[in-house]
Amino acid sequence: MLTEFGKIFIFIILAIIFVIITLFINKLIRPNRPTVEKQKVYECGENPEGSPWVKFNIRFYVVALIFLIFDVEVVLLFPWALVYKDFGVFGFVAGIIFLLVLGLGMAYEWRKGDLEWARPTPKPPKLDELLKKES
Amino acid sequence: MNYYDILFYLFAIITLVSAGFVVTTRNVIYSAFFLLFTFFGVAGIYVLLAADFLAVVQIMVYVGGILILLLFGVMLTNKITNVDIRTGTSNLLPASIAIGLLMGALVSAMIYTGWKVQPASEIPDTSIKNLGALLITDYLLIFELLGILLLIALIGAASIARRDKE
Repeated sequence: MLTEFGKIFIFIILAIIFVIITLFINKLIRPNRPTVEKQKVYECGENPEGSPWVKFNIRFYVVALIFLIFDVEVVLLFPWALVYKDFGVFGFVAGIIFLLVLGLGMAYEWRKGDLEWARPTPKPPKLDELLKKES
Repeated sequence: MNYYDILFYLFAIITLVSAGFVVTTRNVIYSAFFLLFTFFGVAGIYVLLAADFLAVVQIMVYVGGILILLLFGVMLTNKITNVDIRTGTSNLLPASIAIGLLMGALVSAMIYTGWKVQPASEIPDTSIKNLGALLITDYLLIFELLGILLLIALIGAASIARRDKE
């Protein structure tokens, strides 16, 4: 009755239900004695300062966009990967051309520096300069 | 009612209720998270319809990709909290007419389309193999064009996002 993915989907649902039931039992059993100190936002022992909603770097968004494109690519490769052996070299080459076209995109991103992370460049202190300042 | 009907209504309720929350919740982050349940419910309905490839696409692309992108989009905006997201314009009458017409068109399409109905015992184990065979034979050109389309989308999206930075 069910397709093969239907069976996998049952496992996905079971995993979700398992987590929900575990957390619910946890909530039933555990003692609940909240205090003001406990309910504060935990920030490594410091008092939290300002809003936690900071503006994220645009880099994250670009990486997410690139991820989405390759996600779609992987989805399209699923059907090809299942049957390409039945078509011999022809089927293989068809998939490889598809992959090469997207590899071109990957190379473009790489060349344009979208995969680079803007790292801070630390300046290590130099001994002779420090000594010059001292004297 | 057999198990399939019960499961169908369960997924339908999950989809509709969470979609309602997506629209009515004030906090954008909560909306995005309720959207997760909506997508998941739709994936469940696809599974019940034995459309397994579509269900995989729904989970991988929508739950795994688009939702992440939405969340990043929300996180990229300054001052998410305490934003009044009500708009000043609310055209009740034109909106009702437009939605009514759209619903009428959808329902009539649902009723008058000659759906291909198959007994459940004839459903193949997986539809992905047939799809793959078609992609390599009949629709090979479309398969390769899809690659080029994705390439264009990749370059376009990255260059637009890069322009925002500078």
